[in-house]
Amino acid sequence: MEQILKILDIEGVRLAVGLLAVFLFVVVNALILTWAERKVAGHMQLRIGPKEVGPYGLIQPLADAMKLLGKEIITPRNVDKPIFYLGPIMIFIPVLVAFVVIPFDSYLQVRDINVGILVILAFSSFTVLSILMAGWGSNNKYSLIGSIRSIAQSVAYEIPLLLSLLAVIMMTNSLSLKDVVVAQKGIWFIFLQPVAFIIYFIAAVAETNRTPFDLPEAESELVAGYHTEYSGMMFALFFLAEYTNMFIVSAITVTFFLGGYQGPFLPGIVWFLLKSYFLVFVMMWFRWTFPRVRFDQLLNISWKALIPLSFINLLVTGGLLKL
Amino acid sequence: MGAIGFKFVVFIVAALLVIVSSLLMTTRKNPIHSALWMIVTFFAMAVIYLLLNAQFIAVAQIMVYAGAIMMLILFVIMMVSLDNGAQEQKRFPMAMGTRLSWALVVVVLLVELMFAALFYQATAKVGSYPAEAVASLGNAKTMGMLLYGKYIFPFEIASILLLVGIIGAVVLSRKNK
Repeated sequence: MEQILKILDIEGVRLAVGLLAVFLFVVVNALILTWAERKVAGHMQLRIGPKEVGPYGLIQPLADAMKLLGKEIITPRNVDKPIFYLGPIMIFIPVLVAFVVIPFDSYLQVRDINVGILVILAFSSFTVLSILMAGWGSNNKYSLIGSIRSIAQSVAYEIPLLLSLLAVIMMTNSLSLKDVVVAQKGIWFIFLQPVAFIIYFIAAVAETNRTPFDLPEAESELVAGYHTEYSGMMFALFFLAEYTNMFIVSAITVTFFLGGYQGPFLPGIVWFLLKSYFLVFVMMWFRWTFPRVRFDQLLNISWKALIPLSFINLLVTGGLLKL
Repeated sequence: MGAIGFKFVVFIVAALLVIVSSLLMTTRKNPIHSALWMIVTFFAMAVIYLLLNAQFIAVAQIMVYAGAIMMLILFVIMMVSLDNGAQEQKRFPMAMGTRLSWALVVVVLLVELMFAALFYQATAKVGSYPAEAVASLGNAKTMGMLLYGKYIFPFEIASILLLVGIIGAVVLSRKNK
C-alpha cells in the first residue's frame, strides 16, 4: 500500500492513472445512470421499468450500448463536416477537466489547482460550444433552434451559478476545491448559505438541460434538438456527456455545500459518491415532478428572480463577514 | 535544455497557433468558422499566459473570451445572418482611397508595436510582482489586491464603460417601441 502511494506521487503516473480512471468512471457512471433513470421513471409512474435483461434489468444499459456500437454512423448530405464531427468530441473537454480538480477524497484528487473552481466553470462553457457546433453543423432547422435555445439558456443561468458559488468562496477565501471542503469541517455550507445552495442547484439543472429546463432538446417540439441528425456512437457520445454532466454538477454541489467527502464511519469516497448520487436522484425526481417551463418563463426565472436574489445574497454575505 | 527548453517549445507552438488561427479567422468566408478559429486563438493565448505564470489571467481569458463573449458573438451571427450564414458574405463597399488609408493606419500601428517591443523591451522588465511573489501570495489574491488597490481608477473607468455599453444595448433594442 505504502509503495503504491509512493508511485502515485510521481506527477506523470498520477496524471495517467487519473485519466484512465476518469474514462472508466464516465462509462460506468453513464451505464448506471441510464438504468437508474429508467427505473426511477418507471416506479414514479407505477411501472417497474426494464426487467428482462439480467436481474432487475441491470444489464439493459450494456445491451443498449452494444446496440449503439453496432449501428451505422450516418452523415447527412449537407452537413458542415468538420463542425459536425467535432461537436460530439468537444463535449468531453469540460468533462475531463472537471474530473481533474474535483476532490473525491482527501487523497483522491488528480491535481489541486489554486483556481480550481474557475477552471471548471471556464471549461464548462465548452459544453454549450459543442452543442452549438452540433446544431449548426447538422444543417437542420430543429437542431439550430435547439442550439440557439441552449445558448440563451446558458448565458442566462451562468450568472446566478457563478454568483452563488462566489458567496461560498467569500467565506473560504480560496478558489481551491480542497480548501472549500476543508473549511466545512464543522458545519456544511448548506446551513450557512441556504439561498446560494437553492440558486446554484436550480441553475445547475438548467445548465445540464434537464427537465424542467430541457427546452434545447424538447422531444415533443424539436424532435431531439441539437442531436437529431446524429446516429450510433455519435449520438451515444451526447448521451454519455449528459449523464456525466449530471454527475459533475452534483459533485460540485456536494463539494461546495454538502461537506464534500467528509462524514462519519464510512471512508470519504463512499460519502462523496452517496451524496452526489442522491443529488442525481433528486434531478431525476424533478423530471417527473415539474412540467417543462415556457421559454419566456425560463429566461424570466433567471433574469428577474435568480440574478437579483443572488446579488442580494452576495451583499448580505459580504456585510455579515465584515461585521 | 531542461525546463527552459520545454517552455520555449510550448511557447513557439502556442505563438504559431495564435498567428495561424487568427489568419484563418480573418480569411474564412463562413462567419461560424471564423468565430470558431477565434476561439482557438484565444485558447492559444491562454497557454501563453500560463507560461508567464499567470494562471488566473489564463483561466479568466478562457472564461470571459473563449466562453462568454464567443457565445454572444455566435448568438448574434445566428440571429442576424441566418439565411446567408454559410454563403459568401457581401464585401464591404469601400472606395479604394478609404481602403488604402485604413491599410496605412494598420501598418503604422504595426511598425509602432514592433519598435516598442524591440527598443523599449516593455515585456522583459521585472515588475514589483515577479513569479515567486505571485506564487507565494496566490494568483487570484495578487490580482485582486492590485485591481482594487493600485489600479482602482482604471478599474472603475472600465466598469463605467461597461455600464454605458449595457445602457446602449438596452436603448438600441428598444428603438422600435
